[in-house]
Amino acid sequence: MIRDNSKGYILELAKKGVRDDGRGLLNYRDIKIEYDISNNAEGSAAVTIGKTRVVCGVKLSTGEPYPDKPDEGSIVVNAEFAPISSPTFEPGAPGEESIELARVVDRGIRESRAVDFKKLCIKSGEKMWMVMIDLYIQNHDGNLIDAAALAAIAALTKAKFPKYDMETDTIDYHEHKKDKLPLVRHPIACTIHKMNGTLFVDPTFDEEALSDARLTVTVSEDGNINAMQKGGQAGLSEDEILKGVEIALEKSNEIRKHLK
Amino acid sequence: MGNLVVNEKNIVIPGEEIANGMDFLPSFGTYRDGESIIANRLGLVSVRNRVIKVIALNGVYMPQMEDLIIGIVKDVGFSGWTIDIGSVTYANLPVGEAVRDKVELLKSDISKFYEIGDIIITKVMNVTKSRIVQLSMRDHGLRKLQGGIIVKVVPQKIPRIIGKQGSMVGMIKEYTKCDISVGQNGFIWICGPADKMNITKRAIKLIEEKSHISGLTDKVKEFLESESK
Repeated sequence: MIRDNSKGYILELAKKGVRDDGRGLLNYRDIKIEYDISNNAEGSAAVTIGKTRVVCGVKLSTGEPYPDKPDEGSIVVNAEFAPISSPTFEPGAPGEESIELARVVDRGIRESRAVDFKKLCIKSGEKMWMVMIDLYIQNHDGNLIDAAALAAIAALTKAKFPKYDMETDTIDYHEHKKDKLPLVRHPIACTIHKMNGTLFVDPTFDEEALSDARLTVTVSEDGNINAMQKGGQAGLSEDEILKGVEIALEKSNEIRKHLK
Repeated sequence: MGNLVVNEKNIVIPGEEIANGMDFLPSFGTYRDGESIIANRLGLVSVRNRVIKVIALNGVYMPQMEDLIIGIVKDVGFSGWTIDIGSVTYANLPVGEAVRDKVELLKSDISKFYEIGDIIITKVMNVTKSRIVQLSMRDHGLRKLQGGIIVKVVPQKIPRIIGKQGSMVGMIKEYTKCDISVGQNGFIWICGPADKMNITKRAIKLIEEKSHISGLTDKVKEFLESESK
């Protein structure tokens, strides 16, 4: 959906390699991270990229480990697209977009092994910590994936274990222990969009609506590519993918500097 | 005998007393309560002779008769169009006010005149007591605008974008060679090559953002010069 008739204008600009707001093709808007915005979450953060705002809360609870991984904890990512954040979001069952967003964020954290899953195990085969990562889109002005992935990792850096009593199997959420969640890596998602043959990052709402294809690359600080996700109708050539990965490697380092 | 309680160009909040005494007259954004004149919105005090008004710093467009505005066609009805004018409600443009010739409504489809998405430059014919806005195309220069883009700004900043005797908008036109039409409702229509439209749009956004700063003309000139290279 694109408001008014600026479609041709944005497409023509893309061809010339110019952005509507005058940014460079590979420049992000201002990134701001606020920490500990929620009292009730074990860790929380809000990320603003331009006008896009995503809030993330991390909750910890206990559960039974999966039979194939008896000595590991697990993570669950859920994304909520509030109807107030964009005219395109409707209330009701989660849409395709929100499921994809949650999965991409989940995969980035899971495959980079950002959280040391072994340390989330309380008792092998019986008890483990489950990390619930809840993402709330508060305003949608494009580039939700990057913002959400950054919010998730920012909230994880602040997450602390609540007090757990093994004998009674109860968690006291009012009391937090000093030890933080075992976060060993900081994967950053960087999404490269293609419009009219031009590659660029961090689209606004209007640019995203007209983007032909996108490629999300999640990179951890050791330079490993942890996850990739392609979206959009157009295809990407081998050269474009290689260039996209190169951009992601460079940009993810830049974004990671915002993390405290 | 009356006197001003606050100075001109001061910021007042709703409920604040601006003047007392019967020498002054309340205008937009103010009301009289007994002897005194009270602000009913947040803004700057303006005193012209005896008339006091409060100029809002921000807000939506409030239509007034004879305003020249730019609208986007949102819907085609049986005997008229629904136009988005950036106000709290959509406005109505009846066929009779838009087309000169007689139109047989039952036999013809009026979307051949204006279709959804069309941009028109129009005039506010009437605003009823219940805030229904009626538009008219019966005047010189009122027409459909072909191509181009719409830039939306806060309507209160329109005077700064136009400048004294159109100096600001004239300067932008000079540098970018784009066609610019400024509507009183905060919709600005720009037409030209895409990259020039981009510079124009950013110049307008710069004015909107920095409208309170003195020496704005120089800043905009500097921006246009650096971008036009």
